[in-house]
Amino acid sequence: MENRITSLFKRKDENILSIYFTAGYPELNDTVKIISQLEKSGTDLVEIGMPFSDPVADGPVIQQSSEIALRNGMTIHLLFEQLKEIRKSVSIPLILMGYLNPVMQYGIEAFCEKCKEIGIDGTIIPDLPLEIYETEYKEIFEKNTLSNIFLVTPQTSDERIKQIDSLSTGFIYMVSSSSTTGVKGAVNEEQISYFERIRKMNLRSKRLIGFGIYDKASFEKASGYANGAIIGSAFVKALEDEGTETETRVKNFVQKFY
Amino acid sequence: MSYQSDDKGYYGEFGGAFIPEMMYPNVHQLQNCYLEIIESDDFRQEFKQLLRDYAGRPSPLYYSDRLSDHYYAKIYLKREDLNHTGSHKINNTIGQILLAKQLGKTRIIAETGAGQHGVATATVCARAGLDCIVYMGALDVARQSPNVEKMKMLGAEVRPVFSGNKTLKDATNEAIRDWINNPVDTHYILGSVVGPHPYPDMVARFQSVISEEIRMQLLEKTGKETPDYVIACVGGGSNAAGAFYHFLDDPTVKLIAVEAAGKGVDSGESAATTQLGRTGVLHGSKSLLMQTPDGQIVEPYSLSAGLDYPGIGPMHANLFVTKRAQFLSATDDEALRAALYLTQKEGIIPALESAHALAALEMIEFKPDDVVVVNVSGRGDKDMEAYLSYYQSTK
Repeated sequence: MENRITSLFKRKDENILSIYFTAGYPELNDTVKIISQLEKSGTDLVEIGMPFSDPVADGPVIQQSSEIALRNGMTIHLLFEQLKEIRKSVSIPLILMGYLNPVMQYGIEAFCEKCKEIGIDGTIIPDLPLEIYETEYKEIFEKNTLSNIFLVTPQTSDERIKQIDSLSTGFIYMVSSSSTTGVKGAVNEEQISYFERIRKMNLRSKRLIGFGIYDKASFEKASGYANGAIIGSAFVKALEDEGTETETRVKNFVQKFY
Repeated sequence: MSYQSDDKGYYGEFGGAFIPEMMYPNVHQLQNCYLEIIESDDFRQEFKQLLRDYAGRPSPLYYSDRLSDHYYAKIYLKREDLNHTGSHKINNTIGQILLAKQLGKTRIIAETGAGQHGVATATVCARAGLDCIVYMGALDVARQSPNVEKMKMLGAEVRPVFSGNKTLKDATNEAIRDWINNPVDTHYILGSVVGPHPYPDMVARFQSVISEEIRMQLLEKTGKETPDYVIACVGGGSNAAGAFYHFLDDPTVKLIAVEAAGKGVDSGESAATTQLGRTGVLHGSKSLLMQTPDGQIVEPYSLSAGLDYPGIGPMHANLFVTKRAQFLSATDDEALRAALYLTQKEGIIPALESAHALAALEMIEFKPDDVVVVNVSGRGDKDMEAYLSYYQSTK
């Protein structure tokens, strides 16, 4: 079967809305509920965060959601258990995002095999560098039709971007500015020239822009320079709004982007 | 077999550079240029001169009559406590500030546990006229207040960190996040032999002056360059890396690394990584780490803020698994007793971290002719509160 990320981009290659949430937050067993509602509300792609105790690439919002998720008892084993039957009801691409150490303790090969069994299409592991992926893990990921997604930043050299492009099978995750996640701000001139620079490189890979995308305006602006954009912290923050059902919060949030 | 890192920063299976792409340009630049810069004649000359005229090196190697009598061996103390700023940390910060200037960086960040590395960083930044921001766990800010005041007087901004256990690991996370957010003008002066390549090797090289001097001083005092034992405490492991460095490839020298057992290795409140840890990845390198079966990092515990870290540097992880070094551990109480003993017998108040190394003297059967060097990595001024409350409670 073709990887669902690849199929998605064949079907649609603009304004792709990708949404991140931390598994186990706000409640331990919200995972399937959130994914299903994201799909129903029109999300194109979902990134499921595997919480880690020391998320160095993340800002305060995702740090806090990770801390709560871990306190709630989330583990990779439990997450796989929750996702066991996800493909009976959900058909959009699913990506697991998290730091290397928990994946390494699970066992990288076992992890990739489990992903395939469940129907996970990709991974984002920020602290697994390109070089180590290429020499040690690429074959295992490919055997399990798992796209490992790499990040590029405004500081990434053209030469390295080309190298990342040649190793990418899903899409390239363009970090919008030099920052950890959840730093808000209007898209500025410097970012636009970076987006333009990458666009003009005519890469073979599709591109989604993430970090600092939080509302319809920033989503549309970013999507203008790539195939779509990724929303993380803003969605995680919206989930904490108490007094309504989780599904309602998800629906209300996603609706704002259409 | 060499116990030094290879050109990719690996010590056996440990080390490497497991960093998010956001850190790649800075770390890659360091990897490419650090050896060329720090091995150049100009750099070496300036570094050496500052270590001598500014930090007060060489630090004395002091023969302790009274410890020698007590432990039936020839005990020498390497007096890193006498360095400017009160510990070995100044060796590394002098090296890294010179490097940062060569790289054209204008803003310095650092993490600190006990505050010794923070003070040493703030000191070299004052001298160099560079902005300095020190991340420090909120718990450590409270338990090491004299060092916090010193950093402030030196012109550094101390940013308390409230995440996690509010100690060294969390301060390191926050320093890394700062670097991600400020990739152009900032150099991160990491204080230990941890972090992504080239930090473990670079910091070890700057600290290696300790064992370089020990060799010369022993030759002068005993007629022989090598001791039978070198003993040092290990949190991340920078003072131990420096004290072991020039003895690593000489198997006649027994290397003893002493970890903090906290309230006891099996008490659930400990920082004895080699006994409680497994291989994992944190702060950019693969090493031994205290973690849950699920790979979440466990909060360590030690009364000593400088040893309160859930990992050890990759060099030490390799020394442990290859059995090149022997790893012991000392509890809070054992360290406190050792500190009191040295203070009363020799008139030297050691840092609580260094007291762990001294506590190991109780655990080893020496032969009378054994030459033993204990690295007294720092002085105890910052620990007076902990010492006073201990002595009041034991009176």
